[in-house]
Amino acid sequence: MTPVIEVTGLTKRYGGQAVVDGISLHVEQGEIFGILGPNGAGKTTAVECLEGLRRRDAGQVQILGLDPKTDGHRLHQRIGVQLQETQLQDKLKVREALELYASFYPDPADWRELLDRWGLASKSDTRFGKLSGGQKQRLFIALALIGNPEVVFLDELTAGLDPGARRATWDLIAQVRNSGVTVVLVSHFMDEVEELCDRVAILERGRIAALDTPAGLVDSAGGEYRMRFQPMAPLHERSLVGVPGVTAVGRHGTHVTVTGTGDFASAVTAELARRQVVVADLRIEGRSLDSAYVALTGRTMDT
Amino acid sequence: MNGFGRLALVEGKLFLREKAALIGVFGLPVALVIGFGLIPGFSNPQKGLSDQIGTEYIAALGVAIVLASMGLTGVPMVLGQYRERGVLRRLGVTPVRPLSLLLADLTVWAAAAVVSVAVVIAVVRLAFHVPAPVKPGWFILAVALGIASLFATGLLAASVAPTARGAAGIGWLLFFPNMFLAGVYFPTEEMSATMRQIGNFTPLGSALHAVRDSWMGIDPRPEYLGIMAAWALVAGALSARFFRWDQA
Repeated sequence: MTPVIEVTGLTKRYGGQAVVDGISLHVEQGEIFGILGPNGAGKTTAVECLEGLRRRDAGQVQILGLDPKTDGHRLHQRIGVQLQETQLQDKLKVREALELYASFYPDPADWRELLDRWGLASKSDTRFGKLSGGQKQRLFIALALIGNPEVVFLDELTAGLDPGARRATWDLIAQVRNSGVTVVLVSHFMDEVEELCDRVAILERGRIAALDTPAGLVDSAGGEYRMRFQPMAPLHERSLVGVPGVTAVGRHGTHVTVTGTGDFASAVTAELARRQVVVADLRIEGRSLDSAYVALTGRTMDT
Repeated sequence: MNGFGRLALVEGKLFLREKAALIGVFGLPVALVIGFGLIPGFSNPQKGLSDQIGTEYIAALGVAIVLASMGLTGVPMVLGQYRERGVLRRLGVTPVRPLSLLLADLTVWAAAAVVSVAVVIAVVRLAFHVPAPVKPGWFILAVALGIASLFATGLLAASVAPTARGAAGIGWLLFFPNMFLAGVYFPTEEMSATMRQIGNFTPLGSALHAVRDSWMGIDPRPEYLGIMAAWALVAGALSARFFRWDQA
């Protein structure tokens, strides 16, 4: 299968400084592809070169077989874009915005259905300026989908949404993908990327620091899990030391902490069961994309 | 309806939702001509105004004020905002170019200016028996060139200003000297020859001359029309070259 997006050596410079520095990647049809990285890593610039909003200085880009640099018009009929930090005219009504944008595309989606799906049906006659941040954000996602696009670019999808709305948005994006649409997601939220993306590129200073599935990134970053519990029967720490995968056992007051790699947690639970020790307050602190990110890039998101 | 038609329709609606703009574009010139028209004797030819009927002169002034305020302050303010808010950027990733929005807006505002001019003509005719422009062809050409030159100048202000605030500021800086030199504050008949000459080279100055003359039945001097055409072409070309669709 030919990739929907094929990027080779994409470079964009500002004042001689490469903001995007030789990025290569490809995205398959129906994939949700994440671009993760700290502020200033070049995520938005890179994606805007793909969208045809900025002109790249070097490299090759093919989206749906089209070059955004020379074939922008045809490309824009087939992609949908949600940009970061854009506004509409304050006095434009939600319905008017959707009708207007629908008129730009050869085969638009039904805007009423989009209104419903994105929870804006009751806001149809509300002016843009009167919408809350979350409603504006949902309107922009709806506008990105209005043209029945084959590829959707979403830049900071859930910015300004409350936790409930974020979760609902993730479900809807998963549905969008299930209908065969390819999604490129720019984000700096680990949980969002981990939840939604099939593959992730971590961008750092304009370069790809790592590219893999979220699970693959976590694995390649290594590290250990920790489990913590309160045994309800007497248990000597030493009895867990020999369990496969366990690297350390400690006791903190009434709680036992076991550190290990691989599938050690199942082995520990089996050992506890064999010894007929019931445990309470069991917690497993897994490695997450968060810690993998720090391990891979040597820094946290905010720096 | 295609993208451009829709854009023009929507921008037209948005224009009608701006109460302040409506008062400025339609209310102000009408209030001006009615206010002056009620002055006793003002509906006779005035010596200090090259024998133009006072109310007719004020009506021409009203036309000039509409063209100048829309072109020099309205155009840069709205386009500066559209750029700063990312409205133009957002259109840049649709099959419709942001240029379509720009042209749709200019079309809507030009239409509003034409309607406002028609209203002024109707009001002074019905209320004060001021004749309609005696040379309608020249009058229409004068208004059209006035719109083109002042809108293009406003467009240039929006092109070179980095922010919406800056664009609006430049617009106002252009607006007041233009109004002054064109003879809106006091008639060019009372100006020194040098000042009058400078005023003739401004888009508003030549627009007001051409509008006044054609209203009275005099063929406007070709240099007035030429000066407006030159402003339209030069400012338009510079805008095409320097207009930024994207906030830096």
